[in-house]
Amino acid sequence: MTAPIWEIGGHSLTSRLLLGTARYPSLAVLQQAIHASGAGVVTVSLRRESAEGRAGSQFWNTIKELGVQVLPNTAGCKTVKEAVTTAEMAREVFETAWLKLEVIGDDYTLQPHPSLLVEAAEQLCRRGFEVFPYTTEDLVVAERLIQAGCKILMPWGAPIGSGQGLNNPYALRILRARYPEITLIVDAGIGKPSHAIAAMELGYDGVLVNTAIARATDPVQMGRAFGLAVEAGRLAYQAGAMPVQDLAEPSTPVTGTPFWHSAPGRNS
Amino acid sequence: MLIEVNGEKKELDSPHLLADAINHWGYAGAPIAVAHNDEFVPRTRYATLQLQDGDRLEIVSPMQGG
Repeated sequence: MTAPIWEIGGHSLTSRLLLGTARYPSLAVLQQAIHASGAGVVTVSLRRESAEGRAGSQFWNTIKELGVQVLPNTAGCKTVKEAVTTAEMAREVFETAWLKLEVIGDDYTLQPHPSLLVEAAEQLCRRGFEVFPYTTEDLVVAERLIQAGCKILMPWGAPIGSGQGLNNPYALRILRARYPEITLIVDAGIGKPSHAIAAMELGYDGVLVNTAIARATDPVQMGRAFGLAVEAGRLAYQAGAMPVQDLAEPSTPVTGTPFWHSAPGRNS
Repeated sequence: MLIEVNGEKKELDSPHLLADAINHWGYAGAPIAVAHNDEFVPRTRYATLQLQDGDRLEIVSPMQGG
């Protein structure tokens, strides 16, 4: 079943799954996992390149063969200056104005730095980037990022690579309700397809997954599982879930039930 | 003169244009981007940017990322 097309950052996509490309056992497995997942967007990065090594060329050629949209990141940046310079370099190498903006404020949780993130987003939006800010679930920071010009927000589910899932579904739900016109993607912390389904059932537009697929025993099959999960979650959101109740309500009609006795507590 | 490239000092005859240095160090044809003293240098400026002793260069290329 092909999911309906959705628009993000000026591109039409069929899958609502975005994939990170790091930590895979090999480039071949990465390529197969992307293909199996159906993802149309993959994140990429920049690192220092030695003159002798051509690892960058090899990786970049592999990604180009897949024909997917790339979303360069500013992973590892801790200052506005670093993030802006890295973004400019990424735009030239990857030939896209899309940017996953990361400005890290804490080494242990890799939590984004709220004020520096907003400042970097302001500068990059002015320079014509389509900024996908990696942020927390904080509502006020989200508001500032939108004021800075971001049309897409990527709140974390949990710390990067932790696999904990959605640590604060309440705040994610509030973000969704508050910004129905903003594209919202849960990025980071997703560990299992059920986490991705939960995010999609909240009405999120997409999910970005890396480690959960790359570090699975079988990354290719897990890629497929995530592709299905994201589609299932979206369909469920659109279908509208039933309201939760405290007490049971018989699903089988009780009218005409054989041996039915109306007296409560009758066991014999 | 000494140029710091990706954190390592490299000897270079002076004067030297950035474009020549990139070729000299074997980066020709690679998908790279460059920052000179922490400022991004567009490809179009490689042929005119004159390197000075003590300059710092960051030369980066695509890598896997999350």
